[in-house]
Order: sequence, then C-alpha cells, then structure tokens
Amino acid sequence: MGYQLKMRVWRGDQSGGDLGDYTVEVSEGEVVLDALHRVQATQAGDLAIRWNCKAGKCGSCSAEINGRPRLLCMTRLSDFDETETITVTPLRTFPVIRDLVTDVSFNYEKARELPSFAPPPRDADNKRRMAQVDVERGQEFRKCIECFLCQNVCHVVRDHEENKPAFAGPRFFLRYAELDMHPLDTHDRRELAQGAAGLGMCNITKCCTEVCPEGIKITDNAIIPMKERVVDRKYDPLVWLGNKIGLRTKDNDGRTEP
Amino acid sequence: MTTGVHGPTRAAIDEKTLRPDRWWLPPLTTFVVFSAFVVYATVRAFMGSDYYASPYLSPFYSPCLGDCVEGASDFGQPFRAWPLSAALLILIFPLGFRMTCYYYRKAYYRAFWLSPPACAVAEPKTTYTGETRFPLLLQNVHRYFWYAAVLVGLVLSFDVVLAFRNEDHEWGHMGLGTLLMLVNVVLIWLYTLSCHSCRHTVGGRLRHFSKHPVRYKLWTWVSRLNQDHGRYAWYSLFSVALVDLYIFLIANGTIEDVRFF
Repeated sequence: MGYQLKMRVWRGDQSGGDLGDYTVEVSEGEVVLDALHRVQATQAGDLAIRWNCKAGKCGSCSAEINGRPRLLCMTRLSDFDETETITVTPLRTFPVIRDLVTDVSFNYEKARELPSFAPPPRDADNKRRMAQVDVERGQEFRKCIECFLCQNVCHVVRDHEENKPAFAGPRFFLRYAELDMHPLDTHDRRELAQGAAGLGMCNITKCCTEVCPEGIKITDNAIIPMKERVVDRKYDPLVWLGNKIGLRTKDNDGRTEP
Repeated sequence: MTTGVHGPTRAAIDEKTLRPDRWWLPPLTTFVVFSAFVVYATVRAFMGSDYYASPYLSPFYSPCLGDCVEGASDFGQPFRAWPLSAALLILIFPLGFRMTCYYYRKAYYRAFWLSPPACAVAEPKTTYTGETRFPLLLQNVHRYFWYAAVLVGLVLSFDVVLAFRNEDHEWGHMGLGTLLMLVNVVLIWLYTLSCHSCRHTVGGRLRHFSKHPVRYKLWTWVSRLNQDHGRYAWYSLFSVALVDLYIFLIANGTIEDVRFF
C-alpha cells in the first residue's frame, strides 16, 4: 500500500543551503533512496545524489538520515512510522559539493599515505604460502565497502576539522590492523599507526562500529588490537626488555622492516 | 573560528544533531549509575568498618592487608601501620583496571566528557587531542592493571571458598552471602577474562595463528567472551556493590544472614 511520505532534504552548496520540504508517494518495500529518486523525478530534477549499486555494496549513497549516518539504499521506509518526517542531509564531516553529495577525497588522501602490502620474496616454487586460519583472520576487514560512514561519524574529525591532517580515521585503522596481522606483510605498521595515522587520537567511543553497514567490529577487532600492538612497540617496558634480551620474538615474526 | 559540523565547507545546518531519538538517555544513565557507584564506593572505602561478618569479607577490603578486624586478614597484615582504611591499599588495582578498561573508557568519555555524548551528536569542546598526551596517555597501562586484576580475582575466589563455612569457621555451610559472593566472583572472572588486553596477551598479538594452535584456541575463547565485555563490566559493577552492601548490613547488625545449611 502506498502512502504520502513527508521528507526534508538538504539543498545547497558551500555558499549556503537549507532543508527543503517534499511530500512524495512511496510504496511498500521501498528504501529512502527510492523516495529521493521519486522526488528527483517528479519535483526536483536538479537534486544531486551520489548512488550506484542500490544493494549496499558500492558505498556510494552514504548520507545522514534523521541525523544518523546510513546508506540511503539500505534504509527501509518500513523502519519509520508512516506519519514521520524523514530528514536527509549530506555527510556532515566532509565538504559539501551540492545537495547530498560531498567531497570525500580526504579518505583517498589518507589511503595514499598508508604504505601498501609488502610481501616477502616468493618461495622456491614461485609461490607464497599462508595457512587458512591466518587468511580467515583478515576476512572481516575485507568486507569494508568504503562507504566512509565510519570516517564521517568519527568525532575526532567530525567535530575538529583541525585534526584531519593528523588522523587517518577508523577505515584506515582497519587497514593498518589487517596488514599488521597479515603473516606475509614485512612492514612494521605499529609506529606509523600511532604516529602518522594518529591512532592515539581515537578514544574508542565505538561510533564507527555502530554505523558500519557491513557489521565490521571496527573498534573491538581492529582499533583496540592495534592500540595494544602499539603499546607493545612503544609503551610497555617489559615487552621492550623481552625484545632486547631475545625472549620475546613473536611480535616481529615475518617483519623485516622496522 | 567555527569548526566541526559548523565549519565553512560543511553543509550549513544549524542543529548540532538532527537525531530525533532520545540519544541523551544512555549517557545520562551511565552518568547517574557510575556517579552513584563512585559515591557509594568512596564512602565504603573510607569507612574502614563493617566490612567483615564472619565468614564473609567484603570485596572492597579483600585482601585485608592493613589493621583489619580479627578474622579478616587471610594474607597477614603487612601494612598494619597504615593509618587509613585498609580498602584504600588495594582498591587502586580494581579501580585502575576499570578506569583504563576499553569499555569503561567508551562509557565515561561519552557520559562524563561528552566526547562525543552520542554518535553524530556534536561535542561541546572546541579542541581535542584524544589519548595522545598525559594524563590520558596513561590509558596504555591497562595491561598492567589486568595482571593485577587476575591476582584480585584469585583472592576473591579464595574468599568464596572460605565463605562455605559458618560463623564459627566450620566447613560445609552456605548462606545467601556465599551465593552472592559466588555469583560476584563468576561475574568478576567473566569481566576479567573478556578484557581486550587479555585477548591480546593470550593470542591477539601473534602474527601467525597457524604456528600457535593452543594460543589460537585460547584467543577464540577469549574473543567469544570479549563480545560481551561491556555487559560483564556492568553486571560485575552491580554485583560487587551488592555483595559489599549485604556484608555491610550484616556486619552492622541491620539484617541477619540467611543460612541455607
């Protein structure tokens, strides 16, 4: 059964903008992106929306719905009361381009700062080997669709623009953790994670985990393990002593670069 | 200069958040409950009395290493000359463990620091350096408090064994206090063993699970517990206060212990 949905959609660009009111007919089973497309088709032909797969896998349609960072294509209208007005705004951490489209290039700059996977030389038969159990460890991190909702909700940059140069954000802590736990990666990522990527800025308030549409336990499985690894490397005197006298060697298992 | 969500390049929206739900309720609840616990624990820690009702010893005072009442010191009184309450000698360890705990940090950064008060709700402060500087840099000491927490857990487990006695220290008896202490120690162990530092120590720090099958197995067990670390943090907070309150009320004669056998 269809009904008339009331929406408020942010329209504007960096010179200014406001929430515009729209009433649009929607049907059972639709998502917020469907409603916005109908607004675009019937009332606001110039409404800018970034979208692609409509299946929660491309990470393009990130926005804020009733103040919560979510994917437009994965937010069902049935989650809301039919009389409720749904408010849609662009991501509030990144520079707005127009309407619901923001400039997320901050994230690509941070991606470039992260040294890529550095495997050791191949075995004699020209292959590299790792056990299944070690492969499985990083699979959760590979589910990331780079929607940047975690980057958007993180208060370190959301509320403090000045932190952007020094802070990589949850998505990239995920990548740091994935590589640091990778048995074939030869880099030591710990120093870099704490220094250049600003892991110490994170105060583990878990909003990144709350908004992840893939359900990745970013804080528990990536950020906190990475923080513990940084403690090993930088702050724990017993670990330092153990490394010096050769009693603790497993931390550097497979690492060849400092 | 205006920064954060009201910065010049961001979408111009006046509200700090557009969330219509009661986002303030969880941090407010945390604030009220934690504050109540801190007040209660402070009063009890400084009280220095009514912490032992044979055979029960309050977890706030265990091990009782100061000038404690007769029967309370199962590990001697090496700090007999300590002029203040014996609880102050040992509470630093469980307190430090909880203060630096990754779950509690989340809870009190949100509820007390408002940093942020809730997800996608702008924080009031204009500057932020996270845990990069003193004193918050000291959060990195968490694993040492975890080592201490394991010892505290062992002592509290010993207290539960001693609680299977009657008032005259004859074995094979049990009361409501024994049951409360037993539940408390189970929750304390669940909280201690689900700790993120424990997870790291038993196997998380390894780079090759395949080379260390036993530690990998331990890591999977701790990982399973770790999913509910926050829940255990709350339950054990309540249980430890409840056990102390029960023993306090028996010790000062307000109620009598319910003996099962």
